[in-house]
Amino acid sequence: MISVQNLTKKYGESIVLNIENLEIPKGQSFGLVGNNGAGKTTLFSLMLDLIQPTTGHIVNNGVQVDTSEAWKPFTSAFIDETFLIGYLTPEEYFYFIGELRGRNKADVDSLLAGFEDFFHDEILGQKKYLRDLSKGNQKKAGIVASFIGDPEVIILDEPFANLDPTTQIKLKGIIKDLAASKEVTVLVSSHDLIHVTEVCERIVVLNKGELVRDIQTSKETLKELEVFFGG
Amino acid sequence: MVFGALYFMAVFLGLGIGAFYIIERQGWGDPLLVVNRFMIYYLVGDLYIRYMLQKMPITNIKPLLYLPINKSKIVAYSLGKTVVSFFNWSHAFFFVPFSVVLLVEGYSPVGVVGWHLAIMALFLCNNFINVLVNNKDNVFYMLLGIFSLLGVCQYYELFNITDYTSPFFNTLYDLPWMAFLTWGLLIALATSAFTYFKRHMYLDAGLAGKKSMAKTEDYAWLNRFGNLGTFLKNDIKLIRRNKRSKTAVIMSFFFIFYGLFFFTGAVEAYDGPVWRIFAGIFISGGFLFSFGQFVPSWDSSYYPLMMSQNIRYREYLTSKWYLIIIATLATTILASFYIYFGWDAYIAVIVGAIYNIGVNSYLVLWGGAYIKTPIDLTSNKKAFGDKQAFNTKTLLLTLPKLIFPLGVYALGHYLISPTAGYIFVGMAGVIGFGFRNKVFAMIEAIYKKEKYKTLAAYKQKA
Repeated sequence: MISVQNLTKKYGESIVLNIENLEIPKGQSFGLVGNNGAGKTTLFSLMLDLIQPTTGHIVNNGVQVDTSEAWKPFTSAFIDETFLIGYLTPEEYFYFIGELRGRNKADVDSLLAGFEDFFHDEILGQKKYLRDLSKGNQKKAGIVASFIGDPEVIILDEPFANLDPTTQIKLKGIIKDLAASKEVTVLVSSHDLIHVTEVCERIVVLNKGELVRDIQTSKETLKELEVFFGG
Repeated sequence: MVFGALYFMAVFLGLGIGAFYIIERQGWGDPLLVVNRFMIYYLVGDLYIRYMLQKMPITNIKPLLYLPINKSKIVAYSLGKTVVSFFNWSHAFFFVPFSVVLLVEGYSPVGVVGWHLAIMALFLCNNFINVLVNNKDNVFYMLLGIFSLLGVCQYYELFNITDYTSPFFNTLYDLPWMAFLTWGLLIALATSAFTYFKRHMYLDAGLAGKKSMAKTEDYAWLNRFGNLGTFLKNDIKLIRRNKRSKTAVIMSFFFIFYGLFFFTGAVEAYDGPVWRIFAGIFISGGFLFSFGQFVPSWDSSYYPLMMSQNIRYREYLTSKWYLIIIATLATTILASFYIYFGWDAYIAVIVGAIYNIGVNSYLVLWGGAYIKTPIDLTSNKKAFGDKQAFNTKTLLLTLPKLIFPLGVYALGHYLISPTAGYIFVGMAGVIGFGFRNKVFAMIEAIYKKEKYKTLAAYKQKA
């Protein structure tokens, strides 16, 4: 589904990302881990064509992302609060994203109904603008918005950060369900090794922009990662 | 802001020196009395501008709270910071030269000094009043309404508030010791601001951001515009729900009155016929200039979202363009009171509006594509512009916006007749209208070309 070729990103002299080759097949749940500055967000930003690669390119479902925009209809993401429109209520935000992705109000409503449990009565009907919600609740809204319009690729940067324990557990369930369908490719980055090993079939470790581990998740994976980061 | 500040400093300085002689030559009476008569409006106007623009000290307090500094010090420091703000000392550029001229012209030195000190205290009082009433919109708009009404009453000679207030300001000169009273008032206000802040220095009290009750709004009637409607709905919410955009709308409202300088003959330099077109463009173009030039910066805080969604730039632009057109038409109708100054004046407004719709509406959007200043929608910081907004490309684009129509009018006016001048400018607007698709395609290309630079620039928070 996603293919990364000879991708580098330099700022001045410093190389922040250097990935020779990375193939992510359709339907895979893909985890990205690494310390701060490892290049996780840079890689995701490159996948969304928000920054330009210095060399190389990314192909998403046959579309080279920095030359064509045809990847947009089947790709969605929640990276950070710049993916939220602060002056809208969550409902308005969902409908707006829905309209951009060709879904009417009824479509969005039926999707949202499935997330009632995840929202825990803190998102819908709150008479609050997104900018006035807590960080965790903003994140919930952003994550669910990325599910609107049946995307085939979903990119979530640090989805577990700022969420309360109950919501973290629910989110793990949601991501597992998505992955189980084998229709959706989910890309997740996280600092929490336990969460990624639980939800991702495959885990890639970035360190200072380089791909240093590429692991098919098994029982030993968590240990292996702990050794890597602990040492 | 630097440009704005320099401009106001120059204007104030000029007025400070010139005001005395202008008033004297025009035969309006004793300059000091005239200034005193309008002092109440000056003070209220000052308060209004402060309320809209002066940044409150509380915003930077939070990180200091848990440091080992006692609260009184923090409050004193932040209030002290407001005292040295531009909003206080800028008035010195008017009052210092004005007082010097008064002394030169033989007014009593003690009286002038007393008056000067008293007025200074009153402006500082405004500073603390503003701190105290900050974010109390109801009180503020009520006061604003009352004073606008009083102003209108005075203009139509129904009721003159200055009859009651000017004796007070005159007394400040006649009885210089009165200055102590105003300084006493200042100290009282400063103390109450101090205690108020100290008492409310908690995250959930004085330092809490204002949260408004949100209502989900549908604007279902806009659905008939399809994809365009999606953007229109969002843009209307953008304008209605953010401080910064509301300021832009209020500013554009004041542009309507800009023409009074031209059509009343108040400023001699503006009496030439060509200036009428200049006025016409500004009167109907307030929103166009204050809102339009910052497209797409209005969406800067969520630009990465927009760029990763399947957005058709054409519809995005068209939505902003419609808003500009609607605002231009609305202001043109509101400006119909210029008929009072003769049909000639209003025709200039209408012709200006046609040019704005036909030509300037694209030019501002075009220029906006080069302005990569992120906008913080929730604050009025930099509402008066920003040095990044002045680059060569945008400056070059102001030429066709303002100078070209003046030239076209002059051509018709001096070669044929004033009517021909109006027709020429109107024609330019109509012709420009036909180029809409071409210009939009060009702006789209710029958006695409500048995408990464724009994203990077918006990442640097305002």
